[in-house]
Amino acid sequence: MSLDAPSRPAEVAAGTAAAAEAAATGSRRAARRARRTESSRGFTSAHDLRRPRVLWTRRLVNALVLVGLVVVALGPLLWLAKAAITPTQDTLRNPMAFFPNGTDWANLKTAWVDLDLGLYFVNTVVIALGSWLTQMVVATTGGYVLAIVRPRYGRVLYGLVLATLFVPTVVLLVPLYLTVLDVPFVHVSLLNTFWGAFLPAGASAFNVVLVKRFLDNLPREIIEAARVDGAGPFRLFVSIVLPMSRPILGVVSVFAVLAAWKDFLWPLLVLPDPLMQPLSVRLPTLAPKTELDVFLAALLLSTAVPIVFFLVFSRFFLRGGGLGGAVKG
Amino acid sequence: MTSAAPPRRRPRRSPSTWVRGGGLSTLVLLLPMLLVFGLFSWWPIVRSFVMSLQVTNLVGPAEWVGLDNFQAVLADPMLGTALWNTVYFALLALIFGYPVPLVLAVLMSDLRRGKGVYSTLAYLPVVVPPAVAVLLWKFFYDASPSGVFNTILGWVGLGPVPWLEDTSWAMPSLVVEATWAAAGGTVIIYLAALVSVPPELYDAAEIDGSGIWRKIWHVTLPQMRTILLITLVLQIIGTAQVFLEPYLFTDGGPDNSTTTLLLLVYDYAFGNSLGGDYGKATALSLMLAGGLAILSAVYFRLTRRWSDS
Repeated sequence: MSLDAPSRPAEVAAGTAAAAEAAATGSRRAARRARRTESSRGFTSAHDLRRPRVLWTRRLVNALVLVGLVVVALGPLLWLAKAAITPTQDTLRNPMAFFPNGTDWANLKTAWVDLDLGLYFVNTVVIALGSWLTQMVVATTGGYVLAIVRPRYGRVLYGLVLATLFVPTVVLLVPLYLTVLDVPFVHVSLLNTFWGAFLPAGASAFNVVLVKRFLDNLPREIIEAARVDGAGPFRLFVSIVLPMSRPILGVVSVFAVLAAWKDFLWPLLVLPDPLMQPLSVRLPTLAPKTELDVFLAALLLSTAVPIVFFLVFSRFFLRGGGLGGAVKG
Repeated sequence: MTSAAPPRRRPRRSPSTWVRGGGLSTLVLLLPMLLVFGLFSWWPIVRSFVMSLQVTNLVGPAEWVGLDNFQAVLADPMLGTALWNTVYFALLALIFGYPVPLVLAVLMSDLRRGKGVYSTLAYLPVVVPPAVAVLLWKFFYDASPSGVFNTILGWVGLGPVPWLEDTSWAMPSLVVEATWAAAGGTVIIYLAALVSVPPELYDAAEIDGSGIWRKIWHVTLPQMRTILLITLVLQIIGTAQVFLEPYLFTDGGPDNSTTTLLLLVYDYAFGNSLGGDYGKATALSLMLAGGLAILSAVYFRLTRRWSDS
């Protein structure tokens, strides 16, 4: 798990300082102490930890939590990885055995080629990127106007955006589907077009709120200085606000891409054409007509991308994950 | 969010001064948000109220029918079953799923090292696409003695359990998978909340002679009060709209034991290939949303004193 390091820069910094100190003094305890002072304290104190009973109970509990997490959270995925390269009969007869009759790496290739997984892969990527772009455009421009430009009708508008946060998704399902079938004013149907997936994804009040709140806290002096220097609203947006909002855009981006990759019900409704469907929608229909080992290989391949994506950007996920509660509160 | 003083009302605002004052470019910048929210959020919300009072077949003009759709939904014998199943799912999800992230987060918050590894592991199931997770777990839930879970139970002399094929086992099975898929997200929210617990509180509790349990009970948990209240109601709102698990695992079966309200909405609207009963579907959606709104209002009223203090 090398992702531990990039996920917490503060700890990394502390870790390297500690490592340097440890190298200099040759003491592991110094390294540990350096790291400990860096992180905020929990419910056990240094004093508690001097009592052997507390120290060992704590170590035991932490080890149990780790083992539990590995077995429960990682276990099913490890099993999937194993089963993806195991012949069907072995998986059926003895699912928990490790390769009783050797491995079958060809499953992965069969899944990719015979199930046409590549096509659904591309569809999923296109849907994820398009949804991401729509959300970015809407959230940045909207957040910019609401937080920086602040027209007089801004408060009403923000209220209308906030209000949609409180509408459960179930209310939108059917009327949104009918809207996509026949978009008002232009009267085109977005059924079986990727726009049917992109555009509704853009209407995320959550993103607008996150970006607006972030921009609210930008120093006004910078904005004013740019205005005095003659920057118009567009210039201000492109040259000042966008570059400065990079941290929040990172968080919004990773969640937007992951959400699009995970989505099932909406693409199922707007993309009935199998050639347009993403993996999530296509896999359940492939299940009954595919041999088990190949199907499990297909499941593995479909999970691999979001997992790698998460491991690469875990910093954004684990830091930004708390924002949900912050905003909805 | 205090906004700076709004620009003072000018005595006369001709269109040209409005444009020169940046009004037009503001509007251009707002266009993406106005269009996307207008077409794909505000309009559908309004439309759901309209549609619930209409009968439409998408060909001819819609016909106003008053509250007929609501009456038709209330008269549907499936409604009681679906409502009970949804409540049952939400209850089980609370019992299985609510304490797990809390305990994990409290224990993880005290870690001095390796928090990143723990949180990454806890979050991993959240990034697995739900459809993939369900298809995988469907195989785990194989009811034969050589199914994955039944094999594991066999090691300790239990089972085989019929899992998804039995009316009383099916729903708990769905809830266990749903908990697996969702718990990590809540852990991360709790951990973020726990970072802001002031260390002085622990120091003070120690000076007063508190042991570890008392510190958790009197400092850690009270500091999480607000977020705990919020995640509770968010979880109820989320689980009341559960769709994917019953749809992909059992399609409402066996014997309608996992038909939830959202499955019923889906069935009204999209279950019939000849054209859906959109009026009934929106009527049921609105009733569910109304129920959830009332529930949250009552909930926040009841807990207000507790969360304010």
